[in-house]
Amino acid sequence: MADITNQSLNEIIENIKTKKVSSTDLTKAYIKNIESAKKLNAFVTTTFDQALDKAKQFDNKPNFNQLLPGIPLAVKDLFCTENTKTTAGSNILNNFIPSYESTVTKNLWNNGSFLLGKLNCDEFAMGSSNETSHYGNVINPVGDQLVPGGSSGGSSSALAADLTPATIGTDTGGSIRQPASFTGTVGLKPTYGLCSRWGIVAFASSLDQAGPMTKTIKDCAIMLESMSGFDEKDSTSINKKKEQYSKNLKDNIKGLKIGIPKEYRVDNMPKEVDELWEKGKKILKDLGAQLIDISLPHTKYALPTYYIVAPAEASSNLARYDGVRYGYRSKQGKDLIEMYEKTRSEGFGDEVKRRILIGTYVLSSGYYDAYYLKAQKVRQLIKKDFDDSFTKIDAILTPSTPSSAFKIGEKTNDPVSMYLNDIFTVPVNLAGLPALSMPAGVDKQGYPLGLQLIGKALDEQKILNIGYAFEKNCGFKNEIKKWWS
Amino acid sequence: MSLDKEKIKHVAKLARISVDDAKVESLTKDLNSIFKFIEQLNELNTDKVEPLTSILNQSLRSRKDEISDGKIREKVLKNSPKENEEFFVVPKVVE
Repeated sequence: MADITNQSLNEIIENIKTKKVSSTDLTKAYIKNIESAKKLNAFVTTTFDQALDKAKQFDNKPNFNQLLPGIPLAVKDLFCTENTKTTAGSNILNNFIPSYESTVTKNLWNNGSFLLGKLNCDEFAMGSSNETSHYGNVINPVGDQLVPGGSSGGSSSALAADLTPATIGTDTGGSIRQPASFTGTVGLKPTYGLCSRWGIVAFASSLDQAGPMTKTIKDCAIMLESMSGFDEKDSTSINKKKEQYSKNLKDNIKGLKIGIPKEYRVDNMPKEVDELWEKGKKILKDLGAQLIDISLPHTKYALPTYYIVAPAEASSNLARYDGVRYGYRSKQGKDLIEMYEKTRSEGFGDEVKRRILIGTYVLSSGYYDAYYLKAQKVRQLIKKDFDDSFTKIDAILTPSTPSSAFKIGEKTNDPVSMYLNDIFTVPVNLAGLPALSMPAGVDKQGYPLGLQLIGKALDEQKILNIGYAFEKNCGFKNEIKKWWS
Repeated sequence: MSLDKEKIKHVAKLARISVDDAKVESLTKDLNSIFKFIEQLNELNTDKVEPLTSILNQSLRSRKDEISDGKIREKVLKNSPKENEEFFVVPKVVE
């Protein structure tokens, strides 16, 4: 059989079901790929022996009626996995072995898949290039020295390099969609509350959402169906009937109204991004959708709002890392306070420290109203922009990112220029909406670029359908040469 | 407004992160550029806007106040950096 690892998840599942490939052979093929891709540094931990055991168990007693029968999956190292080290890309968790499994990964395993390894990411998911990880930079398979995006950079790199048939990431301000865009893959941030946050290392609890990263829209539907669902252990989990996203996938989008927000045309945006957006509009129009100009007037305030809300929540969430109950503890420190201070200073990297300090400051006495309360008010305005628009449209089409993948080191000296990467993705998190990034073309250097579809809350099926129709008519093919092996 | 080195040292103290004097300089520069960016929000008049406290259209669920798990002391202590049978151990606090 031809190389199975460059097939889509859906095709692989078909091959498993028709017994053209066994779970064991499939798993071995991925292990071989992973071992020859060390240069990409996509993995923090591999669990090959355990995966081969699970594959063998599946082959001995296969259940083909599951959504993910006998499928090995690598996941972002932000999901706690029982008895497998979980680092969140941080030195402060370099020895942390959870005694529990996150709900989202548990859902994946209950659907027939098993763990292949843990994927590198920005430290505590704080970054847009995977350069803040304690475990080193991840390389984008699109080109040597290119960043894979972040924070789910190990996930996007491993997926695009055929090191896992599909994967999951988390998205607080664009951490699924931006790396998907940088690697020519599909990434979905679901509605806030659709996927349980239980067992995911917390960054900013009112924004964090887990979601699928895949090669195709169909794969994305399969993964979303597998991982989502109500969970009592997450107080913000939405209790609703489970949807069959993959079965209900349709490519007829005739008559749908697609909003085009004028505020997403920003200064200094490369011409190619604009052209790609035009191309996307034309494809959807030719498929019978109606394009409607809309305005989301507070878009430019989304990033400044995010850089108050997210660090404020992060500073609270990361207070738990004190060197007492788990994780790294400094050998220095004469007394308790000094032990805390040294542990946190040695355990956290620069970007995480910056954000904890911003968060601590904006919540500190005398500054709360000026920053945090102000940000919550602007967040209301941003949400209202979307609410108003969605009374007259079905979905919104925008570029996913203002540029294609950049070089390692290009933006590390200027935090604000790094933050600007998320200019098109952050508003969606603030409003709690679902959004899909789908590959749409390449720039003049041949680097992939994505377009983003934003939906109403819980309208994942509709944006998947639009993406499905788009994918069939876009003609994008991810041409990645395996230069690293 | 701008953050000076003293302010940053104070915030670092609140956050329980020790910061070397050598690092304070670059932190001051970075944080000031971030706050300059953040302060764009002051262009907006938000006097009549209600702050957004929940993104969900549902209120938080309540549950029965009862014990649902327990007897997992070993699991809880498993990852502690310094263990002494049944307790977490920290540097001496009381003389």
